[in-house]
Amino acid sequence: MSAVFKNNDKTLFTVFVLAVLLGPILMAPFGASYPDLLQRFAIFGIFAIGFNILFGLTGYLSFGHAAFLGVGSYSAVWMFKLLSFNVIPALILAVIVSALFALLIGYISLRRSGIYFSILTLAFAEMMYRLAYSVLTPITNGETGLQVYSDDPQYLMGENGITTTHLFGIKMNDVFLRFEFLGREAQFNFGYYFAAIFLILAFYISIRIFRSPFGMMLRAIKSNQNRVNYTGLNSRPYTLAAFVISGVYAGLAGGLLACMDPLAGAERMQWTASGEVVLMTILGGAGTLLGPVLGASFIKYFEAIFSKINDNVLHTWFSFLPDGLENGIVWVLHFFVGKGWHLTLGTLFMLVVIFLPGGLLDGVTRLFNWVKNLGKKKPEEEQSTKASPAE
Amino acid sequence: MSELKTSRRGLLKSGAGIGAGLAVPTIFTASSAAAYVNEPTGSTVTLGFNVPQSGPYADEGADELRAYELAVEHLNGGGDGGMLNTFSSKALSGNGILGKQVTYVTGDTQTKSDAARASAKSMIEKDGAIMITGGSSSGVAVAVQGLCQEAGVIFMAGLTHSNDTTGKDKKANGFRHFFNAYMSAAALAPVLSSNYGNDRKAYHLTADYTWGWTQQESIQNATEALGWETVANVLTPLATTDFSSYIAPVLNSGADVLVLNHYGGNMVNSLTAAVQFGLRARQVNGKNFEIIVPLYSRLMARGAGENVKGIFGSTNWHWSLQDEGSQAFVRSFGEKYGFPPSQAAHTCYAQTLLYADAAERAGTFNPCGIAEALEGFEFDGLGNGPTLYRAADHQCFKDVLVVRGKENPTSEFDLLEVVEITPRSQVEYAPDHPMFAGGELGQCNPGV
Repeated sequence: MSAVFKNNDKTLFTVFVLAVLLGPILMAPFGASYPDLLQRFAIFGIFAIGFNILFGLTGYLSFGHAAFLGVGSYSAVWMFKLLSFNVIPALILAVIVSALFALLIGYISLRRSGIYFSILTLAFAEMMYRLAYSVLTPITNGETGLQVYSDDPQYLMGENGITTTHLFGIKMNDVFLRFEFLGREAQFNFGYYFAAIFLILAFYISIRIFRSPFGMMLRAIKSNQNRVNYTGLNSRPYTLAAFVISGVYAGLAGGLLACMDPLAGAERMQWTASGEVVLMTILGGAGTLLGPVLGASFIKYFEAIFSKINDNVLHTWFSFLPDGLENGIVWVLHFFVGKGWHLTLGTLFMLVVIFLPGGLLDGVTRLFNWVKNLGKKKPEEEQSTKASPAE
Repeated sequence: MSELKTSRRGLLKSGAGIGAGLAVPTIFTASSAAAYVNEPTGSTVTLGFNVPQSGPYADEGADELRAYELAVEHLNGGGDGGMLNTFSSKALSGNGILGKQVTYVTGDTQTKSDAARASAKSMIEKDGAIMITGGSSSGVAVAVQGLCQEAGVIFMAGLTHSNDTTGKDKKANGFRHFFNAYMSAAALAPVLSSNYGNDRKAYHLTADYTWGWTQQESIQNATEALGWETVANVLTPLATTDFSSYIAPVLNSGADVLVLNHYGGNMVNSLTAAVQFGLRARQVNGKNFEIIVPLYSRLMARGAGENVKGIFGSTNWHWSLQDEGSQAFVRSFGEKYGFPPSQAAHTCYAQTLLYADAAERAGTFNPCGIAEALEGFEFDGLGNGPTLYRAADHQCFKDVLVVRGKENPTSEFDLLEVVEITPRSQVEYAPDHPMFAGGELGQCNPGV
């Protein structure tokens, strides 16, 4: 695993905080510096960090984590409907409700381990998705998605209350600063920084858990649960605690999603959404601190950018080529962009899993080591490479 | 392995540091000079086409995208101009909108509210789209319409047929050219009465979301007014592909009519299942068993093949219409793509033209100006006869077509025949009709 980072948590944390705070500038050259995507980076980062506490440390592969994300979103929107558009009560309820659901589902599912545990969590999530989709329509508004209407009670709203989500008057969707950076626009948005604070907090707690005796215990369960049991320790409370913590992370992420855009759809809980967070974690590097955030950003980036490239865009890219060749290339690439972005993602995922079993972070570490060894031979190059692992 | 240790002092210091760091950029916050969100300043204007490219409505989405591309071509002066030549308003001259070249971005709604909103958001925030259009599911249309209202851009609804879109979920920034479930029912009822009589027992299978619910409610109301009886209404999830478990109970229900409140891939599958179960060959209560599909499209008819023969339904528009506008559209669409357009394509094309025309007449891209230009706008030449964009709920009122699956189709596109063109007066309703009540249009929002 990431030998480079482990030795120096403080540096890692500082670099992480800086990278998150400078997110809008760092992502600008990639055309990703706009509120919606940046918010998603932060929110799904939290989701994946939480998932990694369970999967990366205990090895329990939950295939139903999106259920908590959905529960968090629904609770948050209900708070918007009942109280006001202030995000604080929404997040509090999201965290509480998701913790309760995690406790219940975890208590039942954790009676089994391995594939049975995965199937149980998957079953619960799918059940909740189906319920939200049809039976519980009065609570979830079914397929349309739960949203806030102007005739909702909103008891704390007052006469001329703010009609979009806000933190004591600071509107989540406001962009407070925008400028050109390397030819692309960088947009600084309140919602992103609000989510970023939670991301940093989530990351910090995750570091503390990884380095604590509790984290050690969880790792022991991962390496051999039987042995832990034979030594007379009861492992259930530990796994349940890890499950609830990661459920709360998911609920927080769901709540934040609703804070950025006050609508909760049932498809947030579908098994594909649960699968996505597994992908994020494995792609980034399961069991590492930074990996899940990296994986989450990677997948969200692809979803947002590649799915929007259409044939027209391709034609403009390759317009310098002769017509026949241009059309040929566009025809081939057509299958990998737009609605075919999953194909690109799948290919990349395969490549990563086959060649970088430790995930993207493994790749970064290898690159770092390679460069370091290179630097030993030619010490004058060391200076230029220091910045590379910042992301 | 060094631990991350934080002293109280250190935490306070770094906390203050981060706080200050966050506060710094606010110093530079300048009040934005734009009068409305995404005001186009260059020589181009960007429209956002948000259509389903995957999911049960993907066929419709693909056709919508073709229509949008054609509309952009015509707006920029390319092609033969299509319906620009037949449109009663002559504000558009083929040099873009307000002299700006029209460009567009596309996105995939995946027929999911969440994905559709994310896609629309990125178009508005990243690509600077001034108008969002599309959607081939009412759930998605309602969700995206709400988003556009919040963000302060215009939403020109594509294929969305639920009463709610311009009923309880209507928004000041949203406009719908397509007809709705109430109109379908109002147009269908007299035809059903004359063909199947006034003593029928109907069994409803309904797609379980806003469109299905309002469609079912509308048909039930209209047919019960004829004297029909409603035996049962069963809700089916939108993602269902195998309907056999839903069809089997129909056989023993005593019903003699099956109403499929399904659209797109759903309808293709449920109709096929119904025919395979031999429903159409059955005799119940001494009458032939009949199937009705309230909302029809050519794409669905093609998907269901032989099974659609003789089945009644309604549609917003059909390519076989003989008026000038329809013919011009079918001609240019056919020349570009080699086959006739669907009703989804037609409504999306018309919406794009209507938006462009409104901007041209208002002299601005400001959503409030455009809303004003569209409200109460009377026009003709876009294929449905004289049409009104009603100011009270931003719904278009025009003639509705009642169609039937053709017995002897002459080509793979000639699958539906128009039985009756129901005049506009017959499908009109008051803005506060109970099926549409509950929502509020609110104020137009320019986003700044």
